[in-house]
Amino acid sequence: MNLFCVGLSHHTADVEALERFGGSAEIDCLLRSSGCAEALLLATCNRVEVYGASEARVSTLDIARFLDRKIDSHISPESAPFYRYEDAQCVRHLFRVASGVDSMVVGETEILGQAKKAYEVARSSGAAGPYLHRLFQRAFRVAKQVRTHTDITRGAVSVGSVAVDLAQKIFGDLRDCKVLVLGAGETSEKTARALVSRGVPDLRVSNRSGERAENLSQLTAARVVPFETWPNECREIDILITSTSSEVPLLSREKLAPTVRERIDRPLFIIDIAVPRNVDAAVNDLEGVYLYDIDSLQSIAEQSLAMRREQIAAAEEIISQHVAEFEQSMARGLSRTKGTTEHPMVSEGSLRASEL
Amino acid sequence: MDRYLLIVSTVCFLAAIAHTVVQLRGGIFRPVRFNFFAVGFGFILQTAFLSIRGHALGRCPITNLFEVVIFVAWSVALFYVVVGPAYRLSLTGAFTAPLVVLLQVFALIAPIDHPHRAKLPANPWLEFHASMSLVAYGAFALACIAGVMYLVQERQLKTHHLHSIFFHLPPLTDLFAAITRLLWWGFVLYTLGLISGFFVGEPLPWIQIVCAIGVWILYALILQGRYLRWFAPKRVAALCIVGFSAALTLLWGITFTAQTHTP
Repeated sequence: MNLFCVGLSHHTADVEALERFGGSAEIDCLLRSSGCAEALLLATCNRVEVYGASEARVSTLDIARFLDRKIDSHISPESAPFYRYEDAQCVRHLFRVASGVDSMVVGETEILGQAKKAYEVARSSGAAGPYLHRLFQRAFRVAKQVRTHTDITRGAVSVGSVAVDLAQKIFGDLRDCKVLVLGAGETSEKTARALVSRGVPDLRVSNRSGERAENLSQLTAARVVPFETWPNECREIDILITSTSSEVPLLSREKLAPTVRERIDRPLFIIDIAVPRNVDAAVNDLEGVYLYDIDSLQSIAEQSLAMRREQIAAAEEIISQHVAEFEQSMARGLSRTKGTTEHPMVSEGSLRASEL
Repeated sequence: MDRYLLIVSTVCFLAAIAHTVVQLRGGIFRPVRFNFFAVGFGFILQTAFLSIRGHALGRCPITNLFEVVIFVAWSVALFYVVVGPAYRLSLTGAFTAPLVVLLQVFALIAPIDHPHRAKLPANPWLEFHASMSLVAYGAFALACIAGVMYLVQERQLKTHHLHSIFFHLPPLTDLFAAITRLLWWGFVLYTLGLISGFFVGEPLPWIQIVCAIGVWILYALILQGRYLRWFAPKRVAALCIVGFSAALTLLWGITFTAQTHTP
């Protein structure tokens, strides 16, 4: 029995190709049409892959035809940039995918959930049998080990999550924090939502246009503060998110200094995501004030991504160990079954037990 | 025999430092309890050393500068073992170990372990006074360590240059809460030690009394400043470092004068 993987991903294909092949193909059809013993379809926004186990070789073109949702398309499946991995290469590829090493954003953990879901769908429909069971269970284990023993998931890689991480490094528990959103833009809304999702109970919104402030307040259960009185809120709040379209800074060091003196033992975290900036850079010099603009947040996100990339070598080492072990265990399993049956077909229960 | 215990204990603390340095250089720090167990085992060996010394002397083993330094190192480790996990400051082990190593290496190398010619008579009040004061030093030392951690974390947040250590250090507010509590613990224990000093029944050198009261005033001012919000958290953290450095210097003076006044 051979394990194989045929697919395309963000490395090889553009969005158009991923959309074209990432339809709602029924894995049963593949089993019927290609003669695969087992098959599993992993389709995400960045990859479409079929994992299979078969006695005879299933051609890449057959898989591409099966995945092609636009049958009448003038583009032929032959021209699509499919890759193919067999046996050990297939095992290594899946382990890399599940661990987030192969992801567009290195170390993202969403792929593991998607792989688990794909496996569950294939298992419940009967498309995934003992071979894929063993392969995927091991992949989930490898992913967990990579996450535990490397820093590949460390650090936030988007502006919103960087802001939330920094807030947590300043305040610890965000359940006692008060946040003021100044300017009801899209990024500030996303950041505010991310903070609320981490437990911020007190959200206030202030905007020149009262209507947009009302809209955002309804979406995030925030309290609306009149734009004229927002500076008074600085005495109470812990986090200020600014994203107004003002051409001149709304907050200067001179304006903020008296307020900071009043709240000397409480830090103030200012997230200025406006362009041009709403807060004078000199504000960061005030004691207990931590000012981050969009450039610094993006730079931290890039830094985190670079740190994650540095962890790839350590992750690959763990993956290589598991690939070798998996190969050995498969060989052992096959030699045992060859001794007992003419057609090797390992029962799912026995494989699960041996895996455990 | 007892010095060997101390050497092995120092090696344990060194292991905690080496483990952290290797992990941080590799960009990874896992709170795998290694530091906690390394410091914990080092602490057990320190306790064994002090116990053997105590039995040999027939009193609390703080009769010369060597024993005092080891007792301070033991107090630091004691507070780490008790307070460290409670405040989830897993990295404090890495910050605690260098201070303990510094103290113990100094004690082991410097010729300061002078045995007393005559066996000192036991004086429970004196022993209580000295031991309480030194345990308070342990709390002040850990507050100083938390202060260093606070300043490291604060600087990274201010300059926007986040190093690998940033992700492993506790949040600023948690560190500041730990500093405040440690200062209070140290201050209360030190006050108890100071008060008990008036009941020892022996005349103490005036310089010793002045130094001891000086340390008490120093920490009282830091706490008062914190309470009345004269100082920002960053200043309190810096003052913890300054305060402990000053207290350690004064301790030297206290121990030195105490040694010259005992037979």
